[in-house]
Amino acid sequence: MRGHLGTRIAQIIPTLLLVSVLVFCLQQLMPGDPALVMAGEERGDPQVLAQIRAELWLDRPLPVQYLHWMGNVLQGNLGFSWRIRQPVSELIFQKLPVTLQLGSMAFLIAVLIGVPAGIIAAVYRNRPLDYVANAIGLAGLSTPNFWLGIMLILLVSVQWGLLPPSGYVPLTEDWRQSLATTIMPAFVLGNAIAAILMRHTRSAMLTSLDQDYVRTARAKGLGEFIVVIRHALRNALIPVVTLGALELGTLFSGAVLTEQVFSIPGFGKMIVDAVFNRDYPVVQGVVLVTAFLYVMLNLVADVLYVVINPRLRGA
Amino acid sequence: MRRLLLATACVLVTALPAFGQTLRVALRQDLDVMDPTMATTYVGRIVFAGLCDKLFDIDEKLSIVPQLATGYEWTNDRTLVLHLRSGVTFHNGEVFDAEAVKFSFERHLTMPASFRRSEINAIDQIVVVDPMTVRLVLKSPSGAFLAQLTDRSGMMYPPKATAAAGKDFALRPVCSGPFKFVERVPQDHVTLERFPDYWDAKNIHFDRVVYQVFPDSSVRLANLKAGTSDITEYVAPTDVAAVKTDPKLKLVVSDALGYGSISNNLDYGPRSNTPYGKNKLVRQAFDAAIDRAALVSVVFSDMYAPSVQPVSPSSPFADPALKPPARDVAKAKALLKQAGVTPPVKLELLTPNQPDILQAAEVIQSMAAEAGFDVRIQAMEFASSLQAQQRGDYEAYLLGWSGRADADGNTYQFLRSGQGNNFSRYSNPTVDRLLDEARGTTDLPKRQALYRQVWPELREDLPLTYLYNPRNIVAMSVKLNGFRAVPDGMIRIQGLEMAK
Amino acid sequence: MSTTTVAASPAVARQPVVPRSPSQLALRRFLHRPVAVAGLVVIVLFIGVAILAPVITPYDPVQTSWTAIRKAPSLAHWMGTDENGRDVLARVIYGARASLLAGVVAVLIAAGIGVPAGLLAGFSGGWVDSVLSRIVDAMLACPFLILAIALAAFLGPDLTNAMIAIGVSTAPRFMRVARAATLDAASNDYVEAARAIGNPGWRVAVRHVLPNIVPPIMVQGTLAIAAAIIAEASLSFLGLGQQPPAPSWGSMLNSAQRFLTQAPWLAVFPGLAIFLAVLSFNLVGDGLRDALDPRGR
Repeated sequence: MRGHLGTRIAQIIPTLLLVSVLVFCLQQLMPGDPALVMAGEERGDPQVLAQIRAELWLDRPLPVQYLHWMGNVLQGNLGFSWRIRQPVSELIFQKLPVTLQLGSMAFLIAVLIGVPAGIIAAVYRNRPLDYVANAIGLAGLSTPNFWLGIMLILLVSVQWGLLPPSGYVPLTEDWRQSLATTIMPAFVLGNAIAAILMRHTRSAMLTSLDQDYVRTARAKGLGEFIVVIRHALRNALIPVVTLGALELGTLFSGAVLTEQVFSIPGFGKMIVDAVFNRDYPVVQGVVLVTAFLYVMLNLVADVLYVVINPRLRGA
Repeated sequence: MRRLLLATACVLVTALPAFGQTLRVALRQDLDVMDPTMATTYVGRIVFAGLCDKLFDIDEKLSIVPQLATGYEWTNDRTLVLHLRSGVTFHNGEVFDAEAVKFSFERHLTMPASFRRSEINAIDQIVVVDPMTVRLVLKSPSGAFLAQLTDRSGMMYPPKATAAAGKDFALRPVCSGPFKFVERVPQDHVTLERFPDYWDAKNIHFDRVVYQVFPDSSVRLANLKAGTSDITEYVAPTDVAAVKTDPKLKLVVSDALGYGSISNNLDYGPRSNTPYGKNKLVRQAFDAAIDRAALVSVVFSDMYAPSVQPVSPSSPFADPALKPPARDVAKAKALLKQAGVTPPVKLELLTPNQPDILQAAEVIQSMAAEAGFDVRIQAMEFASSLQAQQRGDYEAYLLGWSGRADADGNTYQFLRSGQGNNFSRYSNPTVDRLLDEARGTTDLPKRQALYRQVWPELREDLPLTYLYNPRNIVAMSVKLNGFRAVPDGMIRIQGLEMAK
Repeated sequence: MSTTTVAASPAVARQPVVPRSPSQLALRRFLHRPVAVAGLVVIVLFIGVAILAPVITPYDPVQTSWTAIRKAPSLAHWMGTDENGRDVLARVIYGARASLLAGVVAVLIAAGIGVPAGLLAGFSGGWVDSVLSRIVDAMLACPFLILAIALAAFLGPDLTNAMIAIGVSTAPRFMRVARAATLDAASNDYVEAARAIGNPGWRVAVRHVLPNIVPPIMVQGTLAIAAAIIAEASLSFLGLGQQPPAPSWGSMLNSAQRFLTQAPWLAVFPGLAIFLAVLSFNLVGDGLRDALDPRGR
């Protein structure tokens, strides 16, 4: 186990390095000169363009640019946004609470919907209730996030006037307002993940319901509810927790379009805007940070897997 | 779980708490760097209107009026004397004087990342005559110079604080406007608070201004309707009907300074080697095939003005007699025949992928098809489309210009041969001469006459096919009084007041 | 479908008394799931509609009409008309072509890259596996849509490029699935036996391992089509997919955004179409997964 964990940790560094190279190369591939975007309506002046390129090292060879950036990153400096001239780390810290709040709320919603639905589907396998739970779960997975967001705004905000249509209020400022502004996007995000959790829960439950010890528990005359919750679910949770942690990772960066639709200033919106504005340091910095979060969550999932599953401890 | 449900229930009940004397302004886009020397976005100027005063302002009729300068005179055609307002302090307590003006101009002119240089590089010398008087000597006479001082080039800095902040100025900008900087959350909002020592404080009726960023027009409208925004600088034309039917909202529409056009590649690289690029008759045919009135009606709900001139209808340089022609498909076909080309004439129309511009492209495509043009729309993400134009990798590019107060800012850099922004590579000696003469004099009637000679030349050659002039469509709560509709589209907080 | 699909457990395959092949069994199991069958029917319907689009649409999907702009649904236009007076139903039908094609082609590309890579990684192990796995990890750690946006912007906006971008961005998922299945299959006795008697590695991989990884790949493929349709819609929603005036569901949603309050039908119908198509693929994928699972339930 310790050896395995060691390997996994050792793998993080090359993975993150590859991410950085990948992002760096990808944005170089994209057409659209950052200097032009920055120059805005002054782009007709070649002197202005040359100055921007010189200032941002855009006139240096690519490997030099990469090493310059990487060197700074290793010293904890993610550079500054070309567009708004603010340090990238500051931007990330500004948005981290938003993303964490939205991500956790979405995850909570996903668990609250997905896990019970999965249990129901497994217990009533191949019966109408299974199909219904399954279809509802899949319906969530099959709805494009941005479309569901648009529909919710139309219905809940415009038609019924119940919730603010968009914008974000920090938790520290006014927690009610904060929840009001994030509940819809969190639902949109969570509902897609609920389906995934439901599927995992269902199949894991099916597997564990077939296990000998569950049969034994049943044979001992324990109530079905206790059997399901105490014995089957406990084991079934292993893959669910593992995969859930992975989904949490995608939540931190995957809320791109949802954040766009609801005007939530989190990571996703920051990256997309930065890509379209060719604000490379922001793209690089945010992708690197989200990749780091993702990789760490993977690791946590791995560890949890072992911790929850006693049978693996000896291995 | 129960707590969450409870919390949700509370939220439903108290979704919209009341704010004090805060003005909430909805913007259509996030601004860029908060430093007037380096900023390039339109919405950034709207925030600066609350944060940074300028030497001069413009009024509803585009006349130049005093702000930090109380007056000016041209002592000869190259020397401008500015008289400064006394008793003005910056947000940090520094006093505004001639030295500050000199410092600010020098910063605009010499800072490496400055985007103001090209606007005011006519300046040769800056002389401090006395603490309240500055003399500017220009390299050559300039009719457009003064208008530059009504925008970011005319914004003034406190010398000590600015020098100390260096490149970090944008993180905590310090100016002399009615409000001072509090915080900025990029892509979300900028908050300013009242500057108590503002020289015109009696006209300020808000304690705070929050500029909210809502890129989606429907979201902007929804916030206005819900009362979570008080005013928005721009309502999508298609949302105007919804504002009009809402008794809580009112609409103020004014001519904007810019234009929408198709930039045609006449002589820039191999992509200009098309009948459309090389033969003005083909461009005239295309022009005749476009029904500007229908275009504006379909795409912009009749809120924009069909036009064939690069200046706002409110501009003194506009020629009211030059009206957009009616659509004439027969004429278009005849012109194509005269040009000796056989339909279908292929044309690739480069378009940034903004939905309204895309729709305009589709409308044009459909109209031109009836005259024998086979238009292919090439929609690109904005940054990519800019680069395509910059490299001459385009045949025609559907893109607007946000506009400047003076006609020079809407013409010279795009039409004068040899200019950097002349991506059409248009070169017409008559137009060059007229533009140079108009730039070289401060005599308004003379400039008016010169520009009115340029417009027919452009109609003939069509380096850019002008389509419409946009309008500033500002919507606000009916309780908000005192809004002034100036063509530059800025929201001037001076005089704005929320009725109880 | 290969006849050896379910041979993951060789004991089952060798039982002579079972008269049906594993794939027939799988088919039977699949047909016993009414929801999955319903999904399949809807997919077939969508494909039929896409193919027959010119025959069944009463209107030309790109024919503009300035006198009938943004008309609400009526008998003449069941789904109303759009901002250029075009029939929304016709555009939704033609949009099915773009979306389905995008889904299928993107997944073929993804599988085309991912499966061989996964097979290679799983079968060769060692440094090849390490390198490929790190690349996959890195790609998965990047936000999917950002990868796709960057690739689509690089290739230039049009439908084909969007498919390529989605395909390449999806490939690591296939690689993972293929690798895991390969490792699983390679540990089987008969594979080890085939290796032991001196068969070249590539032949063992292709003849003995590949058939075993088909079922998980099929499941992954069906589900990935669903995800790819959404991805295409997302890219088109951002203006990086289908080019105007040709319709795709995502680009229709993109232009509908401007008219949410005035003309909500512009957003409702393409969205419903995406939802139905994606749901169907998901249902079929789920059904396949259960049917192909040899443990059978």
